[in-house]
Amino acid sequence: MFKILRRRELNKTVTQLEILAPLVARKAKPGQFIILRVNEEGERIPLTVAGVDRAEGSVKIIFQIVGATTELLNQKREGDQIPDFVGPLGIPTHTEGIKNVCIVGGGVGCAIALPVAEEFKRLGATVTSIIGFRSKELLILEDEFSACSDRLTVMTDDGSYGRHGNVTVPLKEMLENGERFDLIITIGPLVMMKFVTLTAKPYGVPVTVSMNPIMIDGTGMCGGCRVTLVRDGKRVTKFACVDGPDFNGYEIDFDEAISRGGMYRDFERKAHADTCNLLKKAEE
Amino acid sequence: MPIDPKKHEMPTQEASVRARNFNEVALGYTPEVAIEEAKRCLNCKNSPCVSGCPVNVNIPGFISKMKEGDFEAAYAVIRETSTLPAVCGRVCPQETQCESKCTLGIKFEPVGIGRLERFAADYHNGRVSERFNPPDFNGHRVAIVGSGPSGLTCAGDLARHGFKVTVFEALHLAGGVLVYGIPEFRLPKSIVAREVETLKELGVDIETNVVIGRTLTVDELFEMGYEAVFIGSGAGLPNFMNIPGEALKGVYSANEFLTRSNLMKAYLDSPSTPIMKGGSVCVVGGGNVAMDAARTALRLGADKVYIVYRRSMEELPARREEVEHAIEEGVDFRLLNNPVEILGFNNPDDPRDARNGFVSGIRLIKMRLGEPDASGRRSPVPIEGSEYVLDVDTVIMAIGTSPNPLIKSTTEGLEVNRKGGIIVNEEGLTSRENVYAGGDAVTGAATVISAMGAGKRAAKAIIERFLDREPASGDTDK
Repeated sequence: MFKILRRRELNKTVTQLEILAPLVARKAKPGQFIILRVNEEGERIPLTVAGVDRAEGSVKIIFQIVGATTELLNQKREGDQIPDFVGPLGIPTHTEGIKNVCIVGGGVGCAIALPVAEEFKRLGATVTSIIGFRSKELLILEDEFSACSDRLTVMTDDGSYGRHGNVTVPLKEMLENGERFDLIITIGPLVMMKFVTLTAKPYGVPVTVSMNPIMIDGTGMCGGCRVTLVRDGKRVTKFACVDGPDFNGYEIDFDEAISRGGMYRDFERKAHADTCNLLKKAEE
Repeated sequence: MPIDPKKHEMPTQEASVRARNFNEVALGYTPEVAIEEAKRCLNCKNSPCVSGCPVNVNIPGFISKMKEGDFEAAYAVIRETSTLPAVCGRVCPQETQCESKCTLGIKFEPVGIGRLERFAADYHNGRVSERFNPPDFNGHRVAIVGSGPSGLTCAGDLARHGFKVTVFEALHLAGGVLVYGIPEFRLPKSIVAREVETLKELGVDIETNVVIGRTLTVDELFEMGYEAVFIGSGAGLPNFMNIPGEALKGVYSANEFLTRSNLMKAYLDSPSTPIMKGGSVCVVGGGNVAMDAARTALRLGADKVYIVYRRSMEELPARREEVEHAIEEGVDFRLLNNPVEILGFNNPDDPRDARNGFVSGIRLIKMRLGEPDASGRRSPVPIEGSEYVLDVDTVIMAIGTSPNPLIKSTTEGLEVNRKGGIIVNEEGLTSRENVYAGGDAVTGAATVISAMGAGKRAAKAIIERFLDREPASGDTDK
């Protein structure tokens, strides 16, 4: 069993948990993920590591409530236990030789982007962060990004906070103004990552995207997390759990990934609604 | 009394009923039938059946106990060499192993060795709940990677010799392919759970949620004080055909489909883990995994299930009984057929149509058998102009796996072959000192029993390495 040490609601749909998992904490690096189950009958869901405290042996995860499992996870309180928490999985984000990096995060993806930004800062790189949200109420981790970034731009789609517009606007301005990033790392909704990649393309800046497909075992067994890369005109199948989750943005077939991500959308909606109804009944 | 030329039939659930439930298909012999079947054994001199068994169960030995009705003694004989009798009696391909060598089989049907083994194991499990006491600790610790058939067998044999064994399992439940892959209707999970409990009573520790190659490396296991490591990490990444449409929604690898249903319990009424149910399903492949996937799809409520295999019934590699059961249950075998493309739904007028991107069909081409290839099997050749489309909603690829890259990529000096399988010698020793391996991680996709055989060989080598060649106590000539 894995104990929840601390719980913090970052906004009304995003929660942060710190979980005691010394073996995972000992190894986890930015860009890696874990898989957890909330109860004995629960599904396995992947969540990216949002930070670790090696001394304490704890791992930080940040999640958005989207389905039944995340809803149940959100019901857990400090001191509660979850039965399964395995990792770290995936290949850590490649940081070597990068001196000037731009981190582009969107929504809850910012939770994953933060440890990556912090790691680059720790390694002495110049860090530019652009984080975007739908509106002010959904803003998370602004202070944390501010602390590890040489430059931070906050965007909201509705203009309720920071600059009005999406993350590609300031990115394009910077690139247009001759900013020479060694690497752009983008983490967030697939559509956003697709457009960040398209924005960067004319300037020839390498783009790394962090894929978060549907996954079960996370160890290279089930193949559910496959993504298609287009490499030298050829379509190549890769597995996000063992070959990723980071991939070269210019190679990813985003449209396919977006379609695959919706495979269980109806099921998820229904499961979430059912879980909420059950929880409501339990409260009554 | 003349010998009955045929095996006693295995009672099963009626095909039309079982095709809609997940209960075990084969119901097992009664004691009377078991004794009668045992009496068919000629107890011939050189017992060729034993050589057909990868773990060399003393088959005439246990059958002669069964003839006497002493089922408990029969079980004890099997148990001398096999760690998982209730499992093997159910999933071994006996027709290509022990039973293929049976002397009776020259003239008649061979003795139903698998059915008898299953009976003895079930008889024992149903009546006896003995407690095993762990033997005295011999001072040596061994780490086992993976809790599938090879790992459990290796662990069991070592524990009986006083080794302190820890099994590391990546998933949340022990059993490997026995729990995530083979469905309940063929191998009830309670049987696997019981075998795992038996190991725990022998003092084996099972650590779930630990991925060797990630959470810990093989080298760290040695640093932690383990003196030997056995890698039984099993099948790896599923193979796909690299034909158009494999990324459509509704295309599964058999590993994913079966894992969702078995391990993640998607076959239950209100599962947490979703799976596509109903409609028409096409399974590609001809092995046991393909049969399991097809029959699982049927039980999940499919209207129609096809198996597409590019060779003929004769070459179909699945266990014969599973093929027969699948046919009885109404699976439509499209033999000498091969997929060319998976077709997807696309509404050009409405990009938001919920059906967009889901499978709508599969285009097949008919094949004929040509000249034998290097493996001696006649290779299938496409018949030009014979393409046709099956309307299906789900496609399941069951065409094998490639070894998992996690351990080789994090273990320096561990040599693998061209296909990524770990290279071992006849004792199961890898290119690294005190690191052994076996099962699918070495051979690529194979059978439960061959993995058990590999676990057994490695255990024997480890026992010899650490016990037999060790100076007797008090012998201090350093």
